[in-house]
Order: sequence, then structure tokens, then C-alpha cells
Amino acid sequence: MKPENMRVVNHPVAKVDAQALVTGKAVYTNDLAPSDCLVVKIVRSPHAHALIREIETARAEAVPGIECILTYKDCPDKRFTMAGQTFPEPSPYDRLILDRRVRFVGDAAAIVAGTSEEAVKKAMKLIKIKYDVLEPILDFRKAKDNEILVHPEENWKSLCPVGADNKRNLCAHGVSESGDVEAVLESCDYVVDRVYHTKANQQAMMETFRTYTYLDAYGRLNVVSSTQVPFHVRRILANALDIPKHKIRVIKPRIGGGFGAKQTSVSEVYPAIVTWKTGKPAKILFTREESLTASSPRHEMEMHVRVGADKEGNIQAIDLYTLSNTGAFGEHGPTTVGLSGHKSIPLYASPKAFRFSYDVVYTNVMSSGAYRGYGATQGIFAVESAVNELALGLGMDPTILREKNMVREGMAMPAYYNETAESCALDRCLARAKEMIGWDEKYPCRDMGNGKVRGVGVALAMQGSGISSVDTGTVAIKINDDGYYSLMIGATDMGTGCDTILTQMAAECLDCEMDDILVHGVDTDISPYDCGSYASSTTYVTGMAVVKTCETLRKKICERGAGFLGCPVEDVEFDGERVTNLKTGEFITRKDIGNRVMSFNNEPLSASEAFSSPTSPPPFMAGIAEVEIDKETGVAEMIDYVAVVDCGTVVNPSLARVQVEGGIAQGIGMALFEDIVYNKKGKNYSNSFMQYKIPSRLDVGKIRVEFESSYEPSGPFGAKSIGEIVINTPSPAISNAIQNAVNVTIRELPMTAEKIYRGIREKTERE
Amino acid sequence: MEVQFVLNKKQIRVDVGTDAILLNVLRDQGCKSVKCGCETTNCGLCTVWIDGKSRLSCSVLAASVAGHEITTLEGVEKEAAEFGAFLADEGAEQCGFCSPGFIMNVLAMLRELDNPGMEEIKEYLAGNLCRCTGYMGQLRAIQKYLEYKKGEME
Repeated sequence: MKPENMRVVNHPVAKVDAQALVTGKAVYTNDLAPSDCLVVKIVRSPHAHALIREIETARAEAVPGIECILTYKDCPDKRFTMAGQTFPEPSPYDRLILDRRVRFVGDAAAIVAGTSEEAVKKAMKLIKIKYDVLEPILDFRKAKDNEILVHPEENWKSLCPVGADNKRNLCAHGVSESGDVEAVLESCDYVVDRVYHTKANQQAMMETFRTYTYLDAYGRLNVVSSTQVPFHVRRILANALDIPKHKIRVIKPRIGGGFGAKQTSVSEVYPAIVTWKTGKPAKILFTREESLTASSPRHEMEMHVRVGADKEGNIQAIDLYTLSNTGAFGEHGPTTVGLSGHKSIPLYASPKAFRFSYDVVYTNVMSSGAYRGYGATQGIFAVESAVNELALGLGMDPTILREKNMVREGMAMPAYYNETAESCALDRCLARAKEMIGWDEKYPCRDMGNGKVRGVGVALAMQGSGISSVDTGTVAIKINDDGYYSLMIGATDMGTGCDTILTQMAAECLDCEMDDILVHGVDTDISPYDCGSYASSTTYVTGMAVVKTCETLRKKICERGAGFLGCPVEDVEFDGERVTNLKTGEFITRKDIGNRVMSFNNEPLSASEAFSSPTSPPPFMAGIAEVEIDKETGVAEMIDYVAVVDCGTVVNPSLARVQVEGGIAQGIGMALFEDIVYNKKGKNYSNSFMQYKIPSRLDVGKIRVEFESSYEPSGPFGAKSIGEIVINTPSPAISNAIQNAVNVTIRELPMTAEKIYRGIREKTERE
Repeated sequence: MEVQFVLNKKQIRVDVGTDAILLNVLRDQGCKSVKCGCETTNCGLCTVWIDGKSRLSCSVLAASVAGHEITTLEGVEKEAAEFGAFLADEGAEQCGFCSPGFIMNVLAMLRELDNPGMEEIKEYLAGNLCRCTGYMGQLRAIQKYLEYKKGEME
């Protein structure tokens, strides 16, 4: 179906839960938690690396209201991962709920549960822990093969062949290549050879990590949690507590943002073990400080890029080595790194050769996790920055260099698992972005005459749509009395609106109104299986499951309608409201069918289908930043940001637009000021919103978004993903704008005023 | 200690600790719209009105509001829904977690400023952080709501 013929899809429908959200209804985890929950808090290690010699809890246990204090002695000695990934997880099984060895400042050392916050806080102060302090590894460049081991334990386990080796501090290692990179680079007229460094970043969703737990009438552990991955949480808790999966039920209410942070089971194990041990309801709310110091931020990466081209600017070879810092635990370590190469190099059609190699190392800082972009963001900063430096070296407009080299529809992408770009409007995206910003008038910069200069800079990006041959979405739809539908999904709306866009798709397929469909949030006891909302999978993967389910249900409705009308199914048509016998004009309404299947019925009128794709069609985009630099202070101010995105058919233009605007704002924060700073002993200084500054509405300038759609043949209504790609262009585009404005190249994020100022001064001194 | 104040037009009397924070007291009173996002007065999620002026309830002692009038989103639900519809039309409530504090401050702004310009609006709302939307959709919603209100007046 063409987008212009669609009734519901491709229209800016308001979110189905909007009314509750804007009137502040009690729909989030902490709003729903029973008031008699035990308060759970964690005593955290003050050391980056230490062994617990002794824990003295008797005095703390004597505090009135304290229900239990748990130490490593109370936790199963069976390692697991908190990464929300499909089994077998690529992330190593390297965690215990509590371990004798603590591995970063903030690592959990003891769990305290009591009837009031005051009691728990008092008890926490009375717990005496004696540590044997060990030397930590804080520099990720020195971690590989260091004699200090972050995970020396014998029961550390890697389930997948990702090149992990705990005796070398390696969480993963790998190489993928095509052609002879060294020989091709040797033959190039011009080679850029640079190192780029991106820091860990916090997702900083407004709702911190939180979970409450209770036992139900069957003695099962019920878990209500702010999570992107309810089904994975069920497995993670079963592993952590060493109990059968059928003993656990996970429910996802409304979520106050995730951005990948909640693709790791950061908070669930703590109240879960308290409830499992005590039989009492329990709740943990991470403070903002805990959410900034003991969570799941973006992997810090250092990337060595070499890009070679001929004199005319035809890119011949790309070589990328990524060193990724997974921190104390390996959550998402082996997988994020892959995207740094597989989703950056393929932007450039088919160089004669490419090589992508990587190491992921353990260190004694907080564990990394999943953050929107998932490694692609880091890799694209490196590769796009290198391409911009190549343009500079060749004396070429960076947009012209890209027009020569970028991937186009129908081209093969050897560095993207040899997939073909079946849908790609990247060329149109770049052309439109140039028009919107007025590139030809503004490039490279304009002196504003007041000590300030405005530069423009460009970057391209891609992502995937789900994890190919892994991600699975299942959908069930049943018809109820009066013919209304229940749409059961296991995909987790975390504010992004998947409950809405999946309902839109169902309404389109079933020729009905949105109001005829009731959508259910996730309950692992009831919802059909879905791997969860991550890897930009929901629109594409679960969306296709909706389309397939609707097709099956329509057939069943026709069959049942024909049965009630007493005619062959070939003679009827279902228009969404009624099944009509085309020969006689006789009909039966959906309402009547819904009511009639509730009496003397031997077959439920429902359908359920699953979808998984062998490919992961990339969305593409072009971003252009206009940045004003104060030459006296180095302060960079965002003036304008234009983004043109090809996400295939846009399922909901207003929700998609806000995804783009939000992703760009996060990207601006990453580019200009968000930074996690540790001291020499591994203490995290960026532990509140005073130190870890996320952009306010005064920091982002103007953000303007348009769509240039291709049509993805394998996607629902031609759609691809949108959620992650949008964070990938700001860092390289802003870096390029600074470069074009003041001729200073910053290769380490964030690009603070201090770094820009120093660059300007060094340049002046040289001249 | 006992504290009496007006909450959403109703006189109430609560028994609280001397160090009780207004944010927690309001949530205990069932005003679940009031959210905590940071604990350091940076995010604006806990915005309520004290005597009609926006305040961060995470940094106000409950004891200090004795005799004052507190308004939370629950107390201006109709108006919140009216403006909220404009927000939802832009898709700019997104996860919704910051919406109550944001909407409280928008409604306070509309009472305080006469026909505010874009820069004035951005300044006024600078303390309301949002991680989902990038702010543009919120501003579109405010502009459209202002036009709608102007039309209503004329």
C-alpha cells in the first residue's frame, strides 16, 4: 500500500496514553507500588577495586524496622549478565548479585531492606565493611593483558564465541575485513590517519531505575519494573536467584524514558532477592546519584581510523580499530563495539578494501551498557570526522566528497554483512539538508564581525532495524464482544509510542478506527513473546508481526462470517465493519460476529503471528550543524541544526519528528558538554545534574527536521527504524562546523570551550 | 509535627517529620503527578505552585508551607488536559515523566507573562529539563496553545 492511500498509518495520531500522561495520572512504577513495600537500598563500595575481608552487620540489624541485610554470603555463587539480550547472550556471565570482589566505586557491597527510609539509612551507616584494597585498572588503554585482572574468577563464563578471555581482561575481540587494506591504502594518493575518542555518556532518562516486587497467590515472584526488556528480565532474575523462570512474572507499566539504559537489568535483582528471601513486598528507587554512578552508560571508545582516497576524492579503503571500555562488567560489551564499524564504514559504498578490528576491555569503572546508537554513534563520530578531515586535506567541500562516495539505493554493503541497500534515500537527504541550511551560501563559515564566527558542518549516519536473524516479535489479536479488538504485544513502549504506532498499523490492516482496538502493556504471563524494545526493532520487527497477525485474523473473520451467512468463504468480503456475501448482499457485522463467537463456540476468534528478519534494513540520514564560535572564549553555541531522515515510510510523523529532535538534542549534549569524569582513584565526579549537564532548552539552538522517505520492501507499510539513528550525526557535524569556523579539529568529546579555546591559541601561536 | 495548608483548594492537616520534604508529603497525599527527577533542584519535575508561584517541591520543607496554598497538577486538571492536548498533538509529551512539572510551569507562565515572545518563553522554562523531546515540540505546542487562547478571547 502506498503511503498516500493510508487512512491511519503515516498520519500524526496522538499517543493512546497521552491523556493520562499530561494529567499526571499514577501510571509509573513508583506511583503503583504498594505503600507497605520494604525500602531497599544498597551499600556501595568506596573503592575502585577491593576484596571484602569482613562485613559486620549485627548493629545494623538491630535498628528497629530493619527486615534484612544481605551480603555476598547470602547470594547464589552463579554468574549471570544483566544485559537484556536474546539467549545465549553475547555478554559474558560475569556478575553475582553481590560479590566478595568489588570492581568500581559504587559497586554493590550489601543490600539493606527495612520498613522506612530512615531506618534503612541509619542501618547503612552502622554496617562495618573491612576491605582489602587492590590496585585498580582505570586507564582502558592499559587494560588488555595487564597483570591486574578485573575478573580472575574461575566461574566467569562467555556463552558465545566473541573472543572474550577474562585472564586477559578481554570482554571481546574480533576482526572482519574484505580485500587487502594495507595494499590499497599504500596505493592511495591521500590517507587520513587519526585517533578519535568518545567518552561514556549517561542516558539520563528523567525516571531513574526502579522496581518493586511481591509474591502472588501462587508464591511466584512478581516484578513491576521500569524496563525495556521484560522477557529478558525474567531470565536474568531466574539466573541471578537461581530459580526456575516459571516462578517469575514481569510487568512493565508506563516508563519514564529508557534510551537503552533500561535494556540492562540495573535495579531488578535487589528488591527481587529481598522479596524472595523475606516473602515481603520490596521496592528500590535509584537516586539520581546512583543512576549516574552505578548504571549502564555508553561505552567509552577510542578509534583509530585510516581513510584513503585517490586525487579526485574517490574513497578506496577504510581501516578502523576500536578499543572499547566495558568497565567492571561486560554488559553489551561484545555487541556495541560491532556497530562502531559495521554501521559507519558502509556509509561509503564499496571501497576496494576495508578492515574493522576491535578489542573490548574490562576496567575498574562503572559497567557500560546500551545507549541509543549502541556503538554506531561512536564509530560514526570517528569515521565521519575522518572523512571530514579527508575533505579538508583534499581541499574539497565535505558534502561534494560525500556525494561522490556515499551509499545509494541498490548498492551492496560489504561491511554491513553483505546486505544490499534495498531502500536508501541518503542522496536526497543530503541534498535537502544542504538546501534547508543554505550550505552553498554558508560553507565554510561567516565572520559575524563581533569576534564570533559561524561555521557549518556535515555528517551522515545509518543504523539498523532490529538485530537480523535474532530479534523476534510476536503479536496476538483477539476479537471480543461487540467486536472490539485486543492487541497484545510484548514490545515495550518506553514513552516512544510503540503502543500507538502498532495500534495504527493494526487499525490500517483491519480497516477500523484506533478506538476499536485496545492495546495491552507488557506482562510476561500474558503478552506474547517479544525480545523487547531495543536495537531499533519495534517498528520494523514487531510492526511486521502486527501486519502478519492482522492478515491471519482477517481470513478467520471471513471464514467465520461466511459460516454464519451459510455461504462459501470465496463469496465474502470483510470491509472492517461487516462480512458481506458479494453474491446476495447479505452481511453480518463485526459486532455480531464478536458476540456470536461467545456462545456455542468451539474455536476462539483470534490470531497470533511472529516475525523475525534475516536482514536489518538501515535507515539513513544527513545532519548539518550551524555553530557560532566565540573566538575570545572558545564557547560554541548551537544556532541551527537541520536533519533529513530516511526511515522508510513514516508511521507517525509527529512521533517520528520528536524522536529526531530528541535524539539530536541528546547528540548535542554528547558533542558539547556531557562527560563522565573520574578522579585518580576511580571516583566518579559526575554524580548529579549539577556536574553532569544535559542540554536545557537554552542549549540546543534551533532543530529542524524533515523526512525523505524511501520504501523498504521488507518493512511494515515500507517502514524502517527511527529511534537510534538520530543521535549519530551531531558529534561529527558539530566537530566539522567548528573545524570550518576556526580551523580547529577536536578529536575527543565533548568539544568544550576549553578545548576549542586551546586549539585556537595553539593555532595562533603557530602562525 | 502537624502542618495545615490548602492543597488543591482543600484545607488539609498532615502529621509530618520536621525534616519532611514537601515533594514526599504531596505524593503521600495522593498527588502522584509530582515527580522527583534529580534531588538537586536541576530538573523541574517536582514543580508545584505555592500561593500561585512555581516552586521546586524537592527543596521546600513541608513545615514551611503551613498556612499557604499549594496547587499540584491534580488541582488544575482541566487546564492541564486542555494544554496537554496541544502537547500530545505534537507528540511532545513522549514518556510523560516530566510533563506534570513542565505543564505546571507553562500554566504559571501564562498567568505571569502577557503575550510572551519565544525567547521569553525559553528563559522562563529553562529549568524544566526534558530528555525525550529536544524541546522543539514543546515550544510548538505552547505557540499553538497561545494562538488558540488568543482566538478564544477574541
